[in-house]
Amino acid sequence: MSWLTNINWEQIYEALVETIYMTGVSMIFIVVFGLLIGILLYCTQTGGLYENKYISKVVDVTVNVLRAIPFIIMVFLIIPFTKFLCGTMLGATAAIPSLVFTASPFFARLCVIAFNEVDKGTIEASEAMGASKFEIITKVLLPEALPAIVSGISVTAVTLVGYTAMSGAIGAGGLGNVAYLYGFSRRNGTILYMATAMVVIIVFILQGIGDYLVSKIDKR
Amino acid sequence: MIQLKDIIKIFTTKGEDIHAVRNVTLDINDGEIFGIIGYSGAGKSTLVRIINQLEKQDSGEVIINGTDIGKLKDSELRKERQKIGMIFQHFNLLWSRTVEENIAFPLEIAKVGKEERQKRVDELIKLVGLEGRGKAYPSELSGGQKQRIGIARALANNPEILLCDEATSALDPDTTESILDLLKRINKELGITIVMITHQMEVVQKICHRIAVMSDGRIVEEGTVKDIFENPKHEVTKRFVTNVDSNGKIEKIQKELKELYPFGQIVRLSFTGEISKKPILDTVLKKVNFPVSIVNANIGHSQIGPMGVMYVHISNGTESEYQEFVKLLRDEGVIVEVL
Ligand SMILES: Nc1ncnc2c1ncn2[C@@H]1O[C@H](COP(=O)(O)OP(=O)(O)OP(=O)(O)O)[C@@H](O)[C@H]1O
Ligand SMILES: [Mg+2]
Repeated sequence: MSWLTNINWEQIYEALVETIYMTGVSMIFIVVFGLLIGILLYCTQTGGLYENKYISKVVDVTVNVLRAIPFIIMVFLIIPFTKFLCGTMLGATAAIPSLVFTASPFFARLCVIAFNEVDKGTIEASEAMGASKFEIITKVLLPEALPAIVSGISVTAVTLVGYTAMSGAIGAGGLGNVAYLYGFSRRNGTILYMATAMVVIIVFILQGIGDYLVSKIDKR
Repeated sequence: MIQLKDIIKIFTTKGEDIHAVRNVTLDINDGEIFGIIGYSGAGKSTLVRIINQLEKQDSGEVIINGTDIGKLKDSELRKERQKIGMIFQHFNLLWSRTVEENIAFPLEIAKVGKEERQKRVDELIKLVGLEGRGKAYPSELSGGQKQRIGIARALANNPEILLCDEATSALDPDTTESILDLLKRINKELGITIVMITHQMEVVQKICHRIAVMSDGRIVEEGTVKDIFENPKHEVTKRFVTNVDSNGKIEKIQKELKELYPFGQIVRLSFTGEISKKPILDTVLKKVNFPVSIVNANIGHSQIGPMGVMYVHISNGTESEYQEFVKLLRDEGVIVEVL
């Protein structure tokens, strides 16, 4: 068991916390922004509750452009913005803006798909009952799309863990940083495998929680 | 009272104009069950959707109890819609809500307080016969039970009008029957005006007081069920009326009978209302001296009493004897058609 002594457990633990912190905090912003953008896209699309060609087009193009930018390039692109917000471009907190920028449009798309899955007839029935547009969004659209949204959250969170590892390698800390700095650069295979195992476990847990929640709330 | 005045609705798709509703004028009285029947694409759904303004007409007026609802502001229209229930072919329930919560939904929209809501939900569940299923989700129920939720939900805010768009088309015959019975009871007990859209003649025959036949965006014929059945004028109406016998297999039946009985005559008799209860056939048969055999018959029950169609085969008689037979039947009020 001598290989275990090669590991600085404190370091691994710290990295784990950083990874969870980056993923968790980013996810909160991503869910909020993604939902808002998703609702905006859904409502302004042709035949939507607030049909508006121009807003729809502008948001649609913006989302597509943001999604087309690879994460690693996004990090560099928004350095000035990150510095303005966080005062630095290093550390776990500084990784959050670029994570949010990259994953929000992705999650917004998943939300639009989820909303479009909601039966048009159900929305129409609500209109026939005299529901306002706001009530339709809050009482029909969101609850009916919830299973698909939760599943979208777990997919996004899994992707996000991957991104945190990447940003870790360029100075954000977390498991990616440990894997790169100690595992790869200093040729410590054990640490590399350990960090990998941690990431895989986090992903499994996230996916597991997601699947469990979806099966609990999906009444269809 | 619902008054439709010269309603026109044109859909434009890919530069092509579809005239879904053409100059429809119609009065639907308080407390009646009014049927609108027509083949697919006739414009029936569009017409009812105009009644609650889910679809806005291009011209014409919709006046409900004196209010021109096409001219209402958004918020006023929403208030008005709470007084117009609607049920759908595919139920359109909320999957994420239980039966109770689905029924409570229109009450939430109408800002009814929590306690009163629960009381009303319990009443409605009893009314539609879903006792004990209140905590179930729609996906756990049968089609007929789902439609019962739809009906309870539509009645939640004590509407004066209930619009039904093919409410029974997704159900099997027995379930259809029970849903129609429920609607009939609601109409009787609560005095709600019901507008029923359907392409099934059995449905209008069973519960409607008056019907309008729609074809290609127009109302081609309108009247009481009795009038329409006894004396269909328009081609489309005739097709619907004759289709009632043996569920739309009329042409097949007639062809088969002609093949089976190449000699003699096949005569089609239809009865409605009071005359179906009289022993007409017996009376008439006593007066003729050639054999008459019943080769096909179908008697159903409608809002205006029993209603039936019967085919008889007559042979071994002379042409004038046949004519006498037909005349005797017609004198008794039977609609007779010699094939
Ligand atoms: N939103 C729409 N956009 C374009 N065309 C439409 C729209 N709604 C209906 N139509 C057209 O209007 C016509 C009448 O349609 P409608 O749904 O009212 O018929 P229907 O009598 O209810 O038929 P069905 O028995 O099949 O339900 C059809 O030709 C249909 O294609
Ligand atoms: Mg229709």
